[in-house]
Amino acid sequence: MLSHEEILQTVQMIDHQHLDIRTITMGISLLSCADADPKACCQKIYDKICRKAENLVSTGEAIEREFGIPIVNKRVSVTPISLVAAGCETEDYVPFAVALDRAAKTVGVNFLGGYSALVQKGMTESDRKLIRAIPEALAVTDRVCSSVNVGSTKAGINMDAVRLMGDTIKATAARTADNNGFGCAKLVVFCNAVEDNPFMAGAFHGVGEAETVINVGVSGPGVVHHALKSVKGQPFDVVAETIKKTAFQITRMGQLVAMEASRRLDTPFGIVDLSLAPTPAIGDSVARILEEMGLDVCGTHGTTAALAMLNDAVKKGGVMASSSVGGLSGAFIPVSEDEGMIAAAESGVLTLEKLEAMTCVCSVGLDMIAIPGDTSAETIAAIIADEAAIGMVNCKTTAVRLIPAPGLDVGDTVEMGGLLGSAPVMPVHKASSADFIHRGGRIPAPMHSLKN
Amino acid sequence: MKAIVTVVGQDREGIIAPICARLAEYKVNVLDISQTILQGYFTMIMVVDISACTPDFAQLVNTLEEDGRARDLTIHVQREDIFNAMHRI
Repeated sequence: MLSHEEILQTVQMIDHQHLDIRTITMGISLLSCADADPKACCQKIYDKICRKAENLVSTGEAIEREFGIPIVNKRVSVTPISLVAAGCETEDYVPFAVALDRAAKTVGVNFLGGYSALVQKGMTESDRKLIRAIPEALAVTDRVCSSVNVGSTKAGINMDAVRLMGDTIKATAARTADNNGFGCAKLVVFCNAVEDNPFMAGAFHGVGEAETVINVGVSGPGVVHHALKSVKGQPFDVVAETIKKTAFQITRMGQLVAMEASRRLDTPFGIVDLSLAPTPAIGDSVARILEEMGLDVCGTHGTTAALAMLNDAVKKGGVMASSSVGGLSGAFIPVSEDEGMIAAAESGVLTLEKLEAMTCVCSVGLDMIAIPGDTSAETIAAIIADEAAIGMVNCKTTAVRLIPAPGLDVGDTVEMGGLLGSAPVMPVHKASSADFIHRGGRIPAPMHSLKN
Repeated sequence: MKAIVTVVGQDREGIIAPICARLAEYKVNVLDISQTILQGYFTMIMVVDISACTPDFAQLVNTLEEDGRARDLTIHVQREDIFNAMHRI
């Protein structure tokens, strides 16, 4: 029999601590949509997504009502389009993004990921065409998200692709300049991208996946923050235990929702992503958890250690609560989407260098960071290279989602609205990395990639 | 199938009766009911059987939540599974 305390604790978590399911993401394979005729291919893509995801949103809403747990986003991820479109006789890949956008609107999902290419070792002609189309594709669509994987522990870092992505981010910002470079918020550059990530903007449906799959991303920074308030001043062993217990509870709920969605949609369950994903709402911040541990402002000395412990405890608590864990699984530190991070960046304590250090010990990378609009493509590429190196050497996923806001400089703020929040423009080094980036070629995989 | 109804608000007369009437209207049987005053707030937890709920559970959820808002009470109706998932291994 459940006790009153247990029942009220759950209700409190939902009502006052922003406990929610961040996303139910349906992965859909589009490999069967290949066609030499680009128009036919687009039509097949549109039809297949509409058919498979027809009931995704209504099912999500029904679960939300019955269990009384908010499910913030319902989304779709698809096979990387550079693979699906490779057989098409066309130079222009923008129509594929338009077809995806149309499908996303028809089925009612707020984002669709998979306008992607995997180029960690080399680029096919199709990969080149897709990357070339990204700025235009993100400007003319609303809901399509794009990602490019430029490195991996096994393959090393494709520095030609890194350079190309520096140019692509600049071009995307310029193409969406009337909207503060908003297109860049829908574009992620990865190292060690995962095939079952349910979170945007980096979600895509890997080729090793089934025809369709349901992946669920849980959240709950507010719940962890609240739990830590009850162990003020106590040693880190106690803090870690408290986070583990809370993560366990959050993940159990995610698992329940994932199984229920999988059953109702008659779609195999894939993974639960154990992530602490913040929102710009007060009380839903990862930065505030780190501050609760005893840091005056997130970004000061000690932040990396605090984040390392948080990230590890979230995984340890969550892993037993789910039958299958995957995706990115860890704490997210997107600056614009986290009220505490925004405040820390505005105060000048949280810098790009500190964020880079933090990405060594958490699940993603330099995420949703606004930088001056006049930052060169080479500097952006060099930031990507640094981040990819961290991912490659540490056998983890890292990502870069930067917004070089056109016409804005340090001291300005980029407003993106909704879950994407607002980002203070952060300074980057002025010293040039151009000669480094212009070398091109490939940074070889590290010694420890040779595991066989 | 069971659900948990939680009601939180300022304590006053006549909170329980209309809720029970609404449950009866939807053919929902009350299995257990308990209430307490926590920090001045009336807090009630009911365990109900929704197997015969008519016309359907989602409508009951909406109706009770609206009833709550109209009378300054926070009412939640949730399937029991979510509490079991969180608190029982």
